[in-house]
Parts: sequence; C-alpha cells; structure tokens
Amino acid sequence: MDHPSAETQRTLYPYVTGSSVVALKYKDGILMAADTGGSYGSTLRYKSIERLKPIGKHSLLGASGEISDFQEILRYLDELILYDNMWDDGNSLGPKEVHNYLTRIMYNRRNKFNPLWNSLILGGVKNGQKYLGMVSMIGVNFEDNHVATGLGNHLARPILRDEWHENLTFEEGVQLLEKCMRVLLYRDRSAVNKIQISKITEEGATVFPPFSLKTYWEFSAFKNPTIGAEGSW
Amino acid sequence: MFRNQYDTDVTTWSPAGRLFQVEYAMEAVKQGSAAIGLRSKTHVVLACVNKANSELSSHQKKIFKVDDHIGVAIAGLTADGRVLSRYMRNECINYSYTYESPLPVGRLVVQLADKAQVCTQRSWKRPYGVGLLVGGLDESGAHLYYNCPSGNYFEYQAFAIGSRSQAAKTYLERKFENFMGSSREELIKDALIATRESLQGEKLRSSVCTVAVVGVGEPFHILDQETVQKLIDEFEIVREDEPPAEPQPPAEQDAPADQGTGADQGAAAASPDVAPMDI
Repeated sequence: MDHPSAETQRTLYPYVTGSSVVALKYKDGILMAADTGGSYGSTLRYKSIERLKPIGKHSLLGASGEISDFQEILRYLDELILYDNMWDDGNSLGPKEVHNYLTRIMYNRRNKFNPLWNSLILGGVKNGQKYLGMVSMIGVNFEDNHVATGLGNHLARPILRDEWHENLTFEEGVQLLEKCMRVLLYRDRSAVNKIQISKITEEGATVFPPFSLKTYWEFSAFKNPTIGAEGSW
Repeated sequence: MFRNQYDTDVTTWSPAGRLFQVEYAMEAVKQGSAAIGLRSKTHVVLACVNKANSELSSHQKKIFKVDDHIGVAIAGLTADGRVLSRYMRNECINYSYTYESPLPVGRLVVQLADKAQVCTQRSWKRPYGVGLLVGGLDESGAHLYYNCPSGNYFEYQAFAIGSRSQAAKTYLERKFENFMGSSREELIKDALIATRESLQGEKLRSSVCTVAVVGVGEPFHILDQETVQKLIDEFEIVREDEPPAEPQPPAEQDAPADQGTGADQGAAAASPDVAPMDI
C-alpha cells in the first residue's frame, strides 16, 4: 500500500482565516482588539470566532491567519502552561517567555517548510512590567509599544504612531483601538463588524463581549470613489 | 558502616529498608574537601577549601558557574561534579534559548535531583558520588540548595558539606538567623569564617580557599585570590571568636562602596583605613 508522501503533508495555503489584530500598551497593561470573523476565501463564513485568548496568568494571545493553526497553537500553550503550573513553585512563565517560546515554534516550523500560518500578538504584564510582541509565520519577532497584524500594519500602525503615547488611560486606549478597527472595517474586505476588545493588567485578563462599531457611509468620497482617478470607469 | 550482604548493588534493599550503595555514595561526599554556602535575601555566597594533592600540583576546581544567576560548589567525586555541572549549564542555556529568561533555580535543582534518583534505581548505574551546593537567584529571591546523591534536595539558609564540615556547620548554626538581613560583605565574611572553622587550626589563606558570589545585579563570579586575601586580612586582625558585626571601620565602610557593583569589589574593598598588615 502506498502511504502519503511527505510532500503533501505540509501547509501550502490557509483556508479559514482571521483578519487583523491590533494591540497597544496603556497605563495599566495591554489592550488588544480583533474582529470575530473567519473567512473562507472571499466568503465571510464564520461570524463568531474568538481570536483573543488569555494564556496563563500573565499573557494574552491574539492571532490572525489560519484559524485551525491558531487552535493548534492554543493547545501547545495549554500544555506549556499546564507543565508550568505543575511545578507549583512560585515561578511562572511571563509574557516574554511565552513570546519567545512561540517564536521558537514558528521559526522551527518555517524551517521545515511547514509553517503555522499565523501572525501572533502576545501581550501581558508581569511584576509591573508591560510586554507586547509579535511573531509572524516565518518567525520574525519583535516588541513594541503598539503592534498589528496583516493589513493592520498598513492601516492601523500609522494612526498609532501619531496618536499613541505613554500612559494612555483605558478609555483613551479603547478609543484609539476603535479608531483603528473602524478604518480596518472600511478598508479591509475580510473585516466584519463584530469587534472584541480584551485587556490584560497585573490583576488578570478580561475579554469583553463583542460589539459593533458605528459606521458612516455617506462620505462624499465614498459616493464617487473613482472621480479623480485617471483611466477608470 | 560495615560490609554486609545487601550492599552489592544499588537495586537491593536491606531488610531495614536501606539502600547501602546510596549511603556509601553519601560517604564519598563526606570524604571530599569542605564546601560551604550561605544566603541572604539578595545574595548567595559559596566557599570551599581547596587542597592540592602536592605542592607541585594545582587545586581541583570545585566551584562552577552554571549561568549568570546560578553557581554550584561540589564536594566528593569532582569528576561526577563536573559532569553534573555540564548538565546544569546545558539545561540553563536551553531554557534561556527557548524563553529568553533565566531558568529558576528551584526548577534546576529538581531536575538535578530527578537525574540523581534515576541512578538509584537502575542496576546498570551507580549513584553520583558528589554533593552539590547550588546557589542562585530567581523571581522569589536568593536561594541555596543542597543536592544529595540520593536524589534528595533541600533548601538551606546556610550549609556545609565535605570533610570537617561539622565545624563550619556549628558556626553557621550560631549565626544563621541573621543571614537574611546580612549585607554582601557580612555574608562573605561569615563564609570565610566558616571556611576557617573547617580548616581546624590551619591558617586561612586565599591559596587554600575559593569564594564565589551571586546577587541581585551581580552575576555569579569567583572572587580572585587578591580580593579574598584582602578580606581575610581584614577580619583576622580581630580576635578569632568576635562576631563580624563588630564596629570595625574596615567592615562598615565597605558596605556602601560595594553595594551592587560587580567585578571591581576588589578595588572598593581596599579601604584606606585598614592598617597594612605585614604579609
């Protein structure tokens, strides 16, 4: 009997995908936002997927990209946190440690040409230290005061670069995230209008229930979008 | 202990519920030259007696740096100790690589203890004949552990192992209640005095002992001979049994100068008020 060859056992393209995740550091910790959509190609197939999950006591993970790979990552992290808790010794893995663990996983999979097709955002607070980092599917990782995945890098980060500052209050942070998510909603075709925001502070993580953004479609620029473009019809 | 019919291999229990091979391995630790450890809230000091076989040879290395935040002092079969140090270094480096964070000491000693336990339950292995005093820092502060060939480990405020360690332990038992609040200098001084106790009358010189320190903001490192000799000179001016907390000018002014600095505590410890001793 012939068995499946190694060739067909690696990830070639994603199937059910989540769109951008945006996150920023604020006064008490990290705020993260993502919509709850799962696209199947160009179909907005799943409308209630939670893409922001707390990890252990100190971290929050947000993912865009292939949802099944995200679920796989959650299983890895579940096991990691389980073993960490089993030591029962007063030490615990903080966001920096989890971020680096994820980087190792993503990079090693990339080296085998079998990537986990995700862009991950890992944020958290431990002993008063705030941490926010990103890992991509090829293992590129970095830390910053604000991060985003996918189209968020092009649409949300410029807004954050202008308007983020140290010691944002919770309300200011949420407002800023909503502004970013609204732009993404208007301009990213795979975005859905059902947003989840989550925060993590020294006290713990909270994932807020989904809500919808108010949108305005009467902008004059929306009416005749191509009026100034040459060679368009 | 005497030879008996239950001590041939490690997988044989005696009727009294003892594993003689494991106990014999612990004897090997008692035959090695002394190693001492003590800790405060923020620092751990390891010291050991270094006896060379002959004047011609060099000393055996008994203190090993495992990582920036962990060091180990051994007593017993130094070869076994080296192998275990290599294992510890490996574990630390792998953890650092995966998590970009230092391996908590408490976890390292458990791994070490589990490794030792394996050797007490395989007929084709023998127990490691070395006791390890592991000193290190983690989130919850400074820690000192003792790992036994039996696979047991204990946390200590202060401890001594090896030959004539009882004398050092007696001294430490008198003083340990204050260690938690000790300064770095007081801790090193206590370590040196404890080492002197193990020498049983022989003169304490930096050529027969090694001292290493690790602390908050101070990576693990072995103090060089010169520094150690200076510290020895400072307290041997005082009578033998005087507690190091005596108000001697040299002790006091060391504290501010040395706080948290790394490699140059040698220079800082050379306080101008110490009467130059004829060496």
